Amino acid sequence: MNSVNIVEVIVAGLLILLGFLAVNSKKMITAIIYLSLSSMLAVLSFAIMKAPDVAITEAVIGSGLITAVFLFTLLVFKKVGDE
Amino acid sequence: MKKIVAIALLVFIGALLFTGIYAIDGFPKYGEAKVADRVSEGYIMKNVTEANTDVVYGVSTNLETGSANYVTSIVVNYRSFDTLGEVTVLFVSSLGISLLLGGFSGKLRNRCKANFILRMGSKVVFPLIIMTGVYIFIHGHLSPGGGFPGGSMIASAILLLYLSDEKFRVNIENFKKTESTAGSLYVIIGLLGLVISNYFLSNFINTGTVGALLSAGIIPIIYVLVGLKVGSELTGVITDFLKEEVE
Repeated sequence: MNSVNIVEVIVAGLLILLGFLAVNSKKMITAIIYLSLSSMLAVLSFAIMKAPDVAITEAVIGSGLITAVFLFTLLVFKKVGDE
Repeated sequence: MKKIVAIALLVFIGALLFTGIYAIDGFPKYGEAKVADRVSEGYIMKNVTEANTDVVYGVSTNLETGSANYVTSIVVNYRSFDTLGEVTVLFVSSLGISLLLGGFSGKLRNRCKANFILRMGSKVVFPLIIMTGVYIFIHGHLSPGGGFPGGSMIASAILLLYLSDEKFRVNIENFKKTESTAGSLYVIIGLLGLVISNYFLSNFINTGTVGALLSAGIIPIIYVLVGLKVGSELTGVITDFLKEEVE
């Protein structure tokens, strides 16, 4: 187990914790923010595992575009619900 | 009770997978895999047809693929047909979105007024994001990244403009023209490879020195085309999402 770095363990633990929080949060908006945070940490873990290509793609798509699209969808839902 | 059963089941399956994988003979522990035994050395030494010779950064010239980035050399050179398929998948999905949301009016949804910091900050950040996106896909054969992340970065810059200014509109026709031109040019380059050196999408231009900006033959050209195509495609998708429904 000497090849396992302490940073890797912390990142992996936080990933699991954030995934759990994203599934279990009551409000939609918090779930989306937790999802965005977990993909930020996924970027870090990809960089640790020496896959910078995947890390850049995840940073742009996972934590940027996907979050924005989810937020837009949430806004549309709220508008329909209000009427 | 349900949750406890679910957690117990999850732990059981996880333990089964973990012990099952390490019970397989020859499955290496985390971080102990010998990459040299697995990845075909021909791809790393950039010579799949003849005997391998050492590749030196900035010195070796006219290799099979002049890309300094292994991932790019496989994705856009050895397996370029696969990338063409990926681009097609993205095209089909954007086509589906515009078919589903195409019945909506051209009018964009009323958005709430952005605050001062977002309005001023986006004007500063927008050119920087565009520049980073273009840098990523131009340097796709030298550094990590490539057409897909670069194009998505450009689309996210456009999204920032949409968020910050409620009167902002893009001329979607021009983006559609850019997209179709870039997609067709990718196929045309592939067909040129078929004519010149008998294989679809083969690297028919001199590959130059490893590590130079103008090197790697058709790889930078294809990555610039993919970047433009993905950027304009995702911009179209975002614009479709923001359209208002016809009552």
